[in-house]
Amino acid sequence: MIGSILLGKGIQTATRVRGNGGSALPGLVIERMNPKFVREILGKLKYGVVVISGTNGKTTTTKIVAELLEKQGLKVFTNDTGSNFVRGVISAIVKKISIRGKFGYDIAVLELDEAYAVKFAEIVPIEYVLLLNVQRDQLDRFGEIDHTAKLLEMVAQHSKKAVVINREDPRLREIDVKRPVYFGLSEDLMKLFPPDEDLPEDTGKRSTELPALVRLKKLVKDRATYEIDGKDFSATLKLKGGYNAYNAAGALALVKTILPKSSTEQFIADLSGVESAFGRGESFTVDGVTVELLLVKNPSAFQLSLDSFASDDYDYMIAINDNYADGRDVSWLYNVDFSKLKQVAICAGMRAYDMVLRLKYDEIEVDSVEQDVDKALRQFVGYSGKPKRIFATYTAMLEIRKLMTGKSLL
Amino acid sequence: MNLTILHLYPKEMNLYGDHGNVLVLKRRCEWRGIKVNIIEHNIGDELPAKCDIIFGGGGQDSGQQRIAEDLRNNGKALKAWAEDGMPTLLVCGIYQLFGNFFKMQDGVTIEGISVLDIETEAGDKRLIGNIVIESGKFGDIVGYENHSGLTELGNDIKPLGKVTRGYGNNGSDGAEGVFYKNTIGTYMHGPLLPKNPRIADFLIKTALERKYGAQKDFEKLPDKLEQKARKIAMERPR
Repeated sequence: MIGSILLGKGIQTATRVRGNGGSALPGLVIERMNPKFVREILGKLKYGVVVISGTNGKTTTTKIVAELLEKQGLKVFTNDTGSNFVRGVISAIVKKISIRGKFGYDIAVLELDEAYAVKFAEIVPIEYVLLLNVQRDQLDRFGEIDHTAKLLEMVAQHSKKAVVINREDPRLREIDVKRPVYFGLSEDLMKLFPPDEDLPEDTGKRSTELPALVRLKKLVKDRATYEIDGKDFSATLKLKGGYNAYNAAGALALVKTILPKSSTEQFIADLSGVESAFGRGESFTVDGVTVELLLVKNPSAFQLSLDSFASDDYDYMIAINDNYADGRDVSWLYNVDFSKLKQVAICAGMRAYDMVLRLKYDEIEVDSVEQDVDKALRQFVGYSGKPKRIFATYTAMLEIRKLMTGKSLL
Repeated sequence: MNLTILHLYPKEMNLYGDHGNVLVLKRRCEWRGIKVNIIEHNIGDELPAKCDIIFGGGGQDSGQQRIAEDLRNNGKALKAWAEDGMPTLLVCGIYQLFGNFFKMQDGVTIEGISVLDIETEAGDKRLIGNIVIESGKFGDIVGYENHSGLTELGNDIKPLGKVTRGYGNNGSDGAEGVFYKNTIGTYMHGPLLPKNPRIADFLIKTALERKYGAQKDFEKLPDKLEQKARKIAMERPR
């Protein structure tokens, strides 16, 4: 055990010195050498392990849950680096654990990739699971959506205490678990969770037949009203995007399930203070211009983002990469309707030309194309006096974020 | 001039942006001043008496199972159209079902409509990645493939092209897709038509010729952007 910790810390230091970020590398090595490492550490936590999974909203929801539990005085371990494979979790443990193996946390709140969550559940005992949605994602990695739903069902069945489920997701609400807890939407907010086109005919359960512990009832700009246990609570959110107000409903249902005796008013007050996660509506000021960075990794996320953020008062840049982590296949861009955008200032990234071509067929004007993200960003910041929004795939988001946090651009 | 596009099962068979193919056909007609009417055929609908272009896309195994019966109910009309030279594009899942059968991973076989003399069986691994094929008629065709079905062609049916990069119909004989009369079947999405405008224009021009006679003044559209996007796609890792 101590050997594994020392080894992991050693690799972490070495990679940091070499400056090549590689956040999962120590995890990868330990995963190979001591596969029980994660179970030994996480199995001892007082409140156990919470797993959050689904196609969209994992990072933001995990952040909300972790912060709400911390405000209740719990020491929360979380994998907030966004490295959501098993080895990413190990790397995060190595970073936080003392050399003697002291790991001072009460609960682990972990965001896990849909495919890896199953492997994780087979190794580590899980108390609670929160399932957000199953949507079309990087199908070149996951194969079919029905398959992803099955993987999540397997994860849910490992849960010892409760499984919190988005009842508006037609695949997830069919999942067979012993203790489901649902969160949902009111009738007129259903657009926050648009059903995937490729869905079975409406033969299964209807969402409204399932009791929701938390329901997002009303959303006016950033003011959200949640119905919890039959009572209404309102909060003004710093989180950006209507879909995040809905992710927060899942987070609330989860924390209410973990700590049923805690005050709902307090959870709501604390929710108001939660800020957007890394690259998910994060705001930067670059040379006096406000730039918002929005991760778009699949059609539903991109569509919801456009629905929330397309406005004539902003300039837009779209950066599309096709690295493994982005998904090599860019055909998903055709499952997004871009007609809400009137004009796009710059398309960037390795697949910038695919993006321009996509916009051509929605008859949207694009001012310029620049595959090099760094150059494109410099050009974009000086584009006009308007505030700016960037939609970016995962690796493009990381690149842009590094540029914006690292230095002045001009 | 006007053209009617029949879009088969847009709900179930639209896994990889296939809807983009219909959009490309529509815009490239509109940009040439041709009016377009799109008829969506869903399960239980009656087929229109006439149409000028047919398109169908890919779906999950479950989607294919849901549409199979309705497709078979309409098999006769679809076969007659194909034999008559109807310009048709069939991608992935619907391509398989226009063949004789698709035997899925769980051993269940879906009977097709035998418009195309092809047979498909699910393999052990999914064939995934960027793909380029060489076709005589359309030059290089660029796309992305993601399928578990392995398709074998009958003796009298020709492939759409020869794989230069990727897997194609079955990953072993180097063939990709079929080209039968004016019906194109293929595993290539991306979607196919935006980066392969020659195929889009072939479908449109053929439809116009069938309806209005020779098209000597068929307008060429600018394609610099397409050329650039094609070139990049061809060079990306698989």
